[in-house]
Amino acid sequence: MTATEQTLTSAVSPSGASPLTAQQLSRASRVGIASAAVLIGLGINAVLGEVRWGWVVAIAAPTFVLLTYVASRLVEGQRRAVDRVAAATATMAFLVVMLPLISVLWTVISEGASRLDGTFLTGDLRLTPEDLMAQREGVAAGGAYHAIVGTLIITGLAAAIAVPLGLFTAIYLVEYGKGRLARAITTMVDVMTGIPSIVAGLFAYALFILIFGPGSRTGIAGGVALSVLMTPVVVRSAEEMLKLVPNELREASYALGVPKWRTIVKVVLPTAIAGILTGVTLAIARVIGETAPLLIAAGVAQSSNYNPFDGRMTSLPVFTYYQYVQPGIPTDAGVARAWAAALVLVIIVAVLFTVARVLAWILKPAGLR
Amino acid sequence: MDTETSGAPLMMTQRTANRGETEMIEPQAIPDAGPTGASNRLEVSDLSIYYGDFRAVEGVSMEIEARSITALIGPSGCGKSTFLRSLNRMHEVIDGARVEGSVRLAGQDLYGPGVDPVEVRRRVGMVFQRPNPFPTMSIYDNVVAGLRLNSKRMRRSETDVAVERSLRGANLWEEVKDRLDKPGSGLSGGQQQRLCIARATAVEPDVLLMDEPCSALDPISTLAIEQLMLKLKQDYTIVIVTHNMQQAARVSDRTGFFNIEGTGKPGRLIEIDDTTKMFSTPAEQATQDYVTGRFG
Repeated sequence: MTATEQTLTSAVSPSGASPLTAQQLSRASRVGIASAAVLIGLGINAVLGEVRWGWVVAIAAPTFVLLTYVASRLVEGQRRAVDRVAAATATMAFLVVMLPLISVLWTVISEGASRLDGTFLTGDLRLTPEDLMAQREGVAAGGAYHAIVGTLIITGLAAAIAVPLGLFTAIYLVEYGKGRLARAITTMVDVMTGIPSIVAGLFAYALFILIFGPGSRTGIAGGVALSVLMTPVVVRSAEEMLKLVPNELREASYALGVPKWRTIVKVVLPTAIAGILTGVTLAIARVIGETAPLLIAAGVAQSSNYNPFDGRMTSLPVFTYYQYVQPGIPTDAGVARAWAAALVLVIIVAVLFTVARVLAWILKPAGLR
Repeated sequence: MDTETSGAPLMMTQRTANRGETEMIEPQAIPDAGPTGASNRLEVSDLSIYYGDFRAVEGVSMEIEARSITALIGPSGCGKSTFLRSLNRMHEVIDGARVEGSVRLAGQDLYGPGVDPVEVRRRVGMVFQRPNPFPTMSIYDNVVAGLRLNSKRMRRSETDVAVERSLRGANLWEEVKDRLDKPGSGLSGGQQQRLCIARATAVEPDVLLMDEPCSALDPISTLAIEQLMLKLKQDYTIVIVTHNMQQAARVSDRTGFFNIEGTGKPGRLIEIDDTTKMFSTPAEQATQDYVTGRFG
């Protein structure tokens, strides 16, 4: 017996297993490697000064990949080592990507929660002398009710314009469009996706100057600006969803003697509705945080304006921006309002997503649930 | 032009590619043959089907008797499915598809001027290769889909009757009567296909086209569908495309054999005859070779 044969048999025979078994890194050792990587990250941070969690992860992640490779190479061999490195890299990349998200959420919640009070949700920025006095003494004053209302109205108008336009365009492209016109529309939609948001704002501003006269800034102008940004997103997502509807279902409907438009309304759209809803929500989320176009088209106001066709209208992002660059005296009060407004915006988006998920689940074909 | 082949026709292979000639088909003045059913025969004369410039099927003529099962067999790509779809103008769903020649149902040209393909499909139903119940609908809604989607106003009691009749007709009633509100996609493949047959028959068409209805099913489900076809034959004119020659031999009254000379060439109807004759002593050598498995 040669040496290798001996090690092979000795490694295998005690457990009575077949030669198909191989040495594996145990779960405990993998946890150990992960802990070691985190400790190294902590240690380097501590040596260099204060511990910053972002830096800890930034150091620990590649260290974990490296340690995993070395350990796996020694114990399990080349093939498993490569496998483990690939898995570890993917996991670490995910963690690194999650960092900014968690950081943003954490900062917004911790900074914004303090001013998320009744005054903030019901008041506006028409501060009385008493309010200003109180504010100087550190009492919370001023709110973003008008900006919340403005955001809902402007985004609602944008959705009311963009969703039908986008949906009908998508239906045309998938169900009817062929040849040059369809190709031209597809190209235009792509171009539209790339329009800088400030350009959309300028377009809406210029358009409504023609209607309401020079210098006009209105909610509807803001809504139109956002709809320009939103439409291509709706078209694209709805198009993808409609394409996913199997042709067999359309044929089944035609074969029953159902006209094409009825097939689209009763068979194609209900089958795709869940995905379309998700796409619309994403499109709304995409535009609800837009600042630049609204700054131009809708302007800033200090109080509530429920009429989108007359007068300026503030939205939450614009409110946030102005509270940050013109915080007033003391500056802390304005900055706190900016954070709280940012938190409200995040909450609105989160609620939208939740509603869309629930609706999508309810509307999803029972057989595909 | 022998578009009128009375009696028991033997072979009706036509090779007329001349467009001028196809327009000379006799006017559609065949009187209704009286009681329902008897009139629902299909007469196909000199039908050529094109996809753009490509001629997929050339010069097919045949007569399909009412209340009988006609099976179409042939190798893959020979145009039998295309031909079947042209019988209710379903091939038009594909861009650039067109036909020359005529298909007459009870004497009326399905391709005549002003004929609405939607109306044609209401009279000539179709069952597809893969079961395709509407995933958004329950079993009940699937069966009445054809009625509802055609915007017929029906009271619940009326649709109840239609659902039970169609499901009983499709031999599915006993299996699903307690779960009519469950989604149709939850059924087994064979049940789904019978659901599709119930859906197709609920609109009470004159003709039922079946495009390889059993190719995605196991033998037991296949048997169930075949028994169903024999039962449906009493009320409907059935045309079935199948790759399964035993199936053609088991269920059909008449069998048509399609073949293709080579890639890029149009498919042709080689011969059509009584099924027993086609599987024992066909007139053409190609048919003999195909049904005995020597080629194809």
